[in-house]
Amino acid sequence: MTDEKKAGPDKAVEQAAVDQSPENAPEHLEEVRAGIEVHAVDERRGMFGVTGPGDTSGYDGLVARVVLPGAAQRPYGGWFDTVADRIDGLIEQVVIHRGEITFHVHRDRLVQVAKLLRDDPSLRFEFLSGVSGVHYPGDKGRELHAVYHFTSYTWNRRIRVETSAPDGDPHVPSLVPLYPAADWHERETWDMFGIVFDGHPALTRILMPDDWPGHPQRKDYPLGGIPVEYKGASIQPPDQRRSYS
Amino acid sequence: MTTETDQDFYAGTSETGEGRVFTVTGQDWDEIASGLGGGDAAERVVVNMGPQHPSTHGVLRLILELEGETVTEARCGIGYLHTGIEKNMEYRTWVQGVTFCTRMDYLSPFFNEASYSLGVERLLDIEDDIPEKAQVMRVLLMELNRISSHLVCLATGGMEIGALTVMTIGFRERELVLDLFELITGLRMNHAFIRPGGVAQDLPPGALDDIRSFVALMKKRLPEYAALCNANPIFKARLENVGHLDLEGCMALGLTGPVLRSTGYGWDLRKTQPYCGYETYDFDVQTWDTADSYGRFRIRLNEMWESLRIIEQAADRLARLEGAPIMIADKKIAWPSQLAIGSDGLGNSLDHIRHIMGESMEALIHHFKLVTEGFRVPAGQAYVPVESPRGELGAHVVSDGGTKPFRAHFRDPSFNNLQAMGVMSEGGMIADVIVAIASIDPVMGGVDR
Repeated sequence: MTDEKKAGPDKAVEQAAVDQSPENAPEHLEEVRAGIEVHAVDERRGMFGVTGPGDTSGYDGLVARVVLPGAAQRPYGGWFDTVADRIDGLIEQVVIHRGEITFHVHRDRLVQVAKLLRDDPSLRFEFLSGVSGVHYPGDKGRELHAVYHFTSYTWNRRIRVETSAPDGDPHVPSLVPLYPAADWHERETWDMFGIVFDGHPALTRILMPDDWPGHPQRKDYPLGGIPVEYKGASIQPPDQRRSYS
Repeated sequence: MTTETDQDFYAGTSETGEGRVFTVTGQDWDEIASGLGGGDAAERVVVNMGPQHPSTHGVLRLILELEGETVTEARCGIGYLHTGIEKNMEYRTWVQGVTFCTRMDYLSPFFNEASYSLGVERLLDIEDDIPEKAQVMRVLLMELNRISSHLVCLATGGMEIGALTVMTIGFRERELVLDLFELITGLRMNHAFIRPGGVAQDLPPGALDDIRSFVALMKKRLPEYAALCNANPIFKARLENVGHLDLEGCMALGLTGPVLRSTGYGWDLRKTQPYCGYETYDFDVQTWDTADSYGRFRIRLNEMWESLRIIEQAADRLARLEGAPIMIADKKIAWPSQLAIGSDGLGNSLDHIRHIMGESMEALIHHFKLVTEGFRVPAGQAYVPVESPRGELGAHVVSDGGTKPFRAHFRDPSFNNLQAMGVMSEGGMIADVIVAIASIDPVMGGVDR
């Protein structure tokens, strides 16, 4: 197959086909047409998770972008606006998805936001559930995300605060001075993702052994295959096996 | 290091015909103590309790610095039961994830399954489409599970302070709950029964009768715990004012569940942020005002009574819902066939096999694709907490639009609550450390995941 053939039909023909059968339109076409910036964190190729020359399905040219829910516009509705008003100017983006609100905060402002969330009488997020790391290898420049879930006992509200750090500089300020509950959660996130929480009193491994190399929950962490007793064969690691994507 | 091995610091060695033999002499504490420089340091001992110790609820290692019998500093060492469940889930379909997460906190499997399934359902945007019967069955199973979990907490907690009868009767009653689980799900633990979209199986015939007779029996048996413990002077002397943690401490350290409610603050997610229709059940949040181990014991005892109330209401509703669907109607999510009971036990439904093998190629393809490939979940993230017996259990579920979780993180209450161990036990006696930990009720499977 030549490169020309792989590129598929030219753009004009493709657009016409989409108009004729909108069910075949690529995802997020509406956003693209409306001029809203779509931020893809990854892309999925083919249809059956097969990579390389083994894909005989005929769908190997299919490319689908992985797009997380986009920014919400004001008004957010209900108490979402109340909270957003108080921390406006400190946040990068607000995402509302399935009734949950996420505030994306630059890591330089994380401590400032958390202090406001805890101390402001109209916010009063007294309870930090914990920190959850997520590794998006395709989200260039912001590969490592730290996700915090805050709860306000006073107002019975729940929000999510998300911050990110690049792989090359995996530093996020620690929230332990404000929320001591974050202690073990940050240690776990360091252990599993390698995010360094600056200011943590004792950032050591917590679940893995102390001398463990690497951070296992990262997407690029090498997974082990299993040798089988047949002519030196081995079962491939799970991320290299043929599987649906 | 290799040159050092000849002279071991801790034990002298000698070469014999059978290899190297180490001789541990001991009796040299005076020497070690004098090496510390005398004074206070000579009285200070650091003791490792665990990781294998009957009083530490599984493989929990405590590092205690003692002065005499007083604990001056206490730290936890965890991770001995880490099995990488969260990582494993990233390589299985969304439905298979239930099979993994049910094994985390092994004393409350239904809560693990429920928090994960509710998160997936929110991402799928099908929260309003879950059949009523599935929700009632979830509530029923979770409340039965709360009873069995609290029973283990009381039983092991009693055993640790020498109240062996509390242990034997606790496990006696828990066995009854596990029998009910076996009847309903086929398994005593690790059920994988609550799944995204509903539950795996309908109630078997006669289950409601067994549940009702269990409730009747528990109403006779629960007062035994109160009679044995509530006013027992030895029991009270061991528990009262031990493991004290007030509301400020609980909020700062993120403690939830009975520990938080023992400060008098009635925060219970079943009331404050209801899920699975808890707002339609009649029950009370149990609190105590002593903020100590005794208060937590009384809360657990009272919560079992409340759970019985909820179970009775759920059983009444299930009696009305006979034959109602237990799985979402969307055939793109619900697996096409239920298992059937044959002469040799639970197995494939012959009707379904006949349908896919003899009648409809499309049905066969659909079945195959749904089971092997699974369904896709729209990209995004969700966090749905539930009130587990130990506090807020939440699953942070992240999808990239694929057929497998991109990331599933569990905020386990045991993991978080164990952080308070030091605050609860420093300055107290070493024997009270055990009581303080028992009042947190950590389950190491959930802590380490």
